[in-house]
Amino acid sequence: MTIDLVIRQTLQIALVVGAAPLLAGWIRQCRAWLANRVGAGLLQPYRELFKLLRKEPVVACGASWVFIATPYIAFATMAVAGAIVPMMTSRLPLAGAADVVALAGLFALARIFAALAAMDLGTPFGSMGARRTMLVGFLAEPALLMVLFTPALISGSTSLAIIVRQLARHGFILYPSMAFAAAAFVMVALAENARLPVDNPETHLELTMIHEALNLEYSGPHLALIEWAAAMKLFVYIGIGVALFLPWGIAQGRGLATLPVACALFAMKLAVGGAGLALIETLLAKLRLFRVPEFLGIAFLLAVLGLLVRYLVGH
Amino acid sequence: MHTPIGLPWELLLSAVVLWSVVALASLLIPHVPRMAPAIFPLGALGALLTAGAGVLALRGPPISTVSPLGLPGLPFHGRLDALSGLFLLLFGVTACAISLDLAGYRAREHYPVASRIGLQYHILLASLALVFVAADAYSFLIAWEVMALSSYFLVVTDHHTPVVRSAGFLYLLIAHVGALAILAAFAILAAHAPAGAPLALTFSALRATDPDPAVAGLVFILALIGFGAKAGLVPLHVWLPEAHPVAPSPISALLSSVLLKVGIYGLLRVAFTLLPAPAPWWGLITLAAGLGTALSGALLSAVQSDMKRLLAYSSIENIGLIVAGIGLALLFSAYGLKAFAALSLIAALYHCLNHAFFKGLLFLGTGSVLHATGERNLGRLGGLIHRMPQTAFLMLIGTLAIAGVPPLNGFVSEWLTLQAFLKATALPRPYLAMGIPLGAALTALVAGLAGYVIVKFYGIVFLGRPREAKLAQAVESGPFERAGLGLLAALCVVTGLWPAGVIALIRPAAQALTGGEAPVTAGDHGARIAVAHAGYAPPLLWLALGIIALVGVLVLRLRSSGPARRAPPWNCGHPVAGARLQDTAEGFGQPIRHIFAPFLDIKCRRPGLDDPEPRYEAAVNDRFWEGLYRPLARGFEAVFAGARVLRPRRIAISLLYVLAMLVALLALTP
Amino acid sequence: MTHPTRIIDLLAALFLLVAFAMLSQRRLANLITLYAWQGTVLALSIAILAYETGNTHLYASAILNGLLKILAIPALLRRLARRLDVQWDRESLVQIPTVMLIGLGLVIFAFNAALPIAGLAHTVNHETVGIALASVLLSLLMMILRTAALSQVIGFLALENSLIFAATSVTGGMPMVIEFGVALDVIVGVFILGVFFFHIREQFDSLDLDRIEGRED
Repeated sequence: MTIDLVIRQTLQIALVVGAAPLLAGWIRQCRAWLANRVGAGLLQPYRELFKLLRKEPVVACGASWVFIATPYIAFATMAVAGAIVPMMTSRLPLAGAADVVALAGLFALARIFAALAAMDLGTPFGSMGARRTMLVGFLAEPALLMVLFTPALISGSTSLAIIVRQLARHGFILYPSMAFAAAAFVMVALAENARLPVDNPETHLELTMIHEALNLEYSGPHLALIEWAAAMKLFVYIGIGVALFLPWGIAQGRGLATLPVACALFAMKLAVGGAGLALIETLLAKLRLFRVPEFLGIAFLLAVLGLLVRYLVGH
Repeated sequence: MHTPIGLPWELLLSAVVLWSVVALASLLIPHVPRMAPAIFPLGALGALLTAGAGVLALRGPPISTVSPLGLPGLPFHGRLDALSGLFLLLFGVTACAISLDLAGYRAREHYPVASRIGLQYHILLASLALVFVAADAYSFLIAWEVMALSSYFLVVTDHHTPVVRSAGFLYLLIAHVGALAILAAFAILAAHAPAGAPLALTFSALRATDPDPAVAGLVFILALIGFGAKAGLVPLHVWLPEAHPVAPSPISALLSSVLLKVGIYGLLRVAFTLLPAPAPWWGLITLAAGLGTALSGALLSAVQSDMKRLLAYSSIENIGLIVAGIGLALLFSAYGLKAFAALSLIAALYHCLNHAFFKGLLFLGTGSVLHATGERNLGRLGGLIHRMPQTAFLMLIGTLAIAGVPPLNGFVSEWLTLQAFLKATALPRPYLAMGIPLGAALTALVAGLAGYVIVKFYGIVFLGRPREAKLAQAVESGPFERAGLGLLAALCVVTGLWPAGVIALIRPAAQALTGGEAPVTAGDHGARIAVAHAGYAPPLLWLALGIIALVGVLVLRLRSSGPARRAPPWNCGHPVAGARLQDTAEGFGQPIRHIFAPFLDIKCRRPGLDDPEPRYEAAVNDRFWEGLYRPLARGFEAVFAGARVLRPRRIAISLLYVLAMLVALLALTP
Repeated sequence: MTHPTRIIDLLAALFLLVAFAMLSQRRLANLITLYAWQGTVLALSIAILAYETGNTHLYASAILNGLLKILAIPALLRRLARRLDVQWDRESLVQIPTVMLIGLGLVIFAFNAALPIAGLAHTVNHETVGIALASVLLSLLMMILRTAALSQVIGFLALENSLIFAATSVTGGMPMVIEFGVALDVIVGVFILGVFFFHIREQFDSLDLDRIEGRED
């Protein structure tokens, strides 16, 4: 392992951890603009995190170690997931440690811990949130895998680095199958990140919340870690989307010279992705909880259609 | 023993002898209570010997032997090859942990019960070891029947309860239907031996018979039914959720971890080593049966509220995934894609090992909970993580393993299975190449459901607040029990963190069966496995996760001194009332009932508006009872009611029937 | 592989997507919009095919299809829906996810059935025969599963779209005369059906098929 690789990996982790709140701020700002509001500015999430981190840690009575460990596990899982996805460069030492399936597994690990922590106190809202999270999770997982299968079949491997290399090598080509996969991926990403129309990140409405019900009992630094992890998850998801569907411009070479350009390109893609997400969230209304399986079912169907179309037309 | 038969055989035979001696010695427990503490640890020693034999067999060439025992002209044949070795290893280490647990379990049983369990348990272990090494149909079936009977007696340990007796009867009944199917499979195969040869009963002679495709197909179907009944394949699974919960928990662990795998072993033995090259439809049927079983098991386990029934249905689900892997392997074999067949088989066998470890762990843990609380109903448990912290920690490892998340072992086999499914596009038939990747989606759905189920299980049993006052008296399980749990948890972690090593163990078995070299490579000194350049390196992931979490802890802890301040839960401002307000198992399963309502048979009772004592009840029944078994039973009853008219009134006429039958059979014999 | 072919493949995929969307749609107004989108995809793909093959009569066909299916028929259908006051379809006969799974099965079947046909054809976009065939089957499925008469008519029109799509993908378009004839038939058909609907409703007070079928006389 050369020093070059270590620098890349460290840079990547620093980027994911450091820039994730910025992306969250950008999305909020876009939503504010779309709703004709001024918005709180791009840096608002940092201020919130900083404020939470400074507070005294308070833990509910009767909480076990599962409850206390979960914020750290969530944070670490998302940071590791961010370390694996090729964002600026496909040459990452950790990229060989996990492919897309393992990435989905890492998300599942975080989800299971979040659900267990929510059940730890035995509050009704907590277990309701746990149940709903697991519901969305087990429905989203097959859809996500089907989405990932199409690029995996095109490139012959489930490794994200190889997918990026294969797709980027052929130049700009329209893959009809990838269009389907992209549509399905957006739907899955919305559901997995607790965004509209599956969950509303802005409210704590008792009877409809999913993600917020999970971290009701957290406060101070623990809450900061969880919120940070959620921002990183969204960041990583958009990163996966970029790697799969817009891989052009991700640096392939060995040197560090190409990184600044790749970084700027990636920032642009992220900005576009975030704005798109804000647009979707502005246009859609929240679905009833029991329409969510239908929503994810359609995502699954789209992904499968992509797979079939790929088989039919050969690309 | 006048000739050396090789170290693995010596280890195995000494284990069998040891178990037989221990079984007999158990009979004396009521009379000599002093020897009671030694019984089960000795059993564990035998299990370790067996595991050693398994490892040696996996690494060395196959060794055959002919024992002096048996019928005249038909001695018992034995053969230790890679497949036997793998299953012996699985059986040995799991049985070792279960014996340790039983050593603790025995301490709280009356001596007569302990004596009976000791006898039957060690007979079962000995017969299991013999099933895995039997190399002729005759000794195989004898060992098989001994295994079925001794496990039946273990299931009905608590035979004073009618529920237990009826569950045991069902177990015995389906075991025998299965045994008949296996017998028929062997008999048909033997009947197609080349003319002039002596009766083909050894496996090598059966392999030499070259049945035409139709006969081979028939034998395969019979084997699938027979071994599927043992493994719990839908629709022959109905005994499993009845029998596993009523048996003592260590026995449930053995049933689930090892006895189900005997069915898998038998299926592999017949399909891959006794029959000629498979036809594509064998693979398709097996794949469909496996996926159907997995989905039914997952759905039904999601709606259970008895913790052992929940685990029993979850076993059905896991068996389904294993059988689906075997189906994929058969399909690849049928089209000559040997390397991919080996890959699928490695995935299936890896999952066999995983399931043995984590399901054994979970069942043993349930036993500890049951012992500490006397309660099996999820709705009356809760908060045990505070009362039994070590058990709860070990069970969390099992929970994460069965949920199939990295970096534990359940994920490795899921990963391998999905990689195998991705290879299905290499199949030369468009239908298959298009349709089979959908199986991967079903696998993912089942894995997701498994996560849902196990979060429900762990969250309701160990987390939250105790739902009953008596749970406050629960105490941590004893050292032997924790040793058993710890062994299995350690195995879950090791097989999760070091997949390259486990695959190196399994590879000879998969290669022997399929004749192909699986395209799984190991890299980074065994830390990483890769299929088609897509790698998975759990130690690296573990390391990265650990470092980042540690940095987080250090950063946050540096600023605050001492533990965090405690405060009452917030709960959206509502005061947190009684523990009964927590989510129940029924409540947690409600979304599943709602989404999959068309697939489930739900009996729901909702309270009316003016109900003085409003109660909500929902029960989910297995559809196969109403859909298949009850009509079948009614059909049988009708047939036998009709046959009653033939019943003779005089004994002479009965004898006449016998005579007529005898004459007819003699006339038919060529 | 040239860019126009890839674009046609993409459009074919979108065509299939719209067919699925129609299958899952509950609201009549959305159904009509989807029909217009299907027409757009169809017209675009014919136009690109015309560009690729240099066949001028395909341009005419594209314009004809576009005018008819993006503008005329959707407008007619909207007017009809408004005047008949049927904005909503009742829930389809089978649950939507189940419908989707059936549809998926049909697509797999159609793709397999089309493989030999696609092998015979020599047009640039012969791979899309499977998609066209699948769309035909999906439109039929939609007609079977809908209870409102107007949705069935839309299913019928989608069927016709799929057939045109199939024709262009196998043979590079039908002769001009036939195209004009079909277009005329379709538009006359929609008019006549509109008139019929008014009469049916006067007689039965409903446009739900199960009610209409329930009448004995």
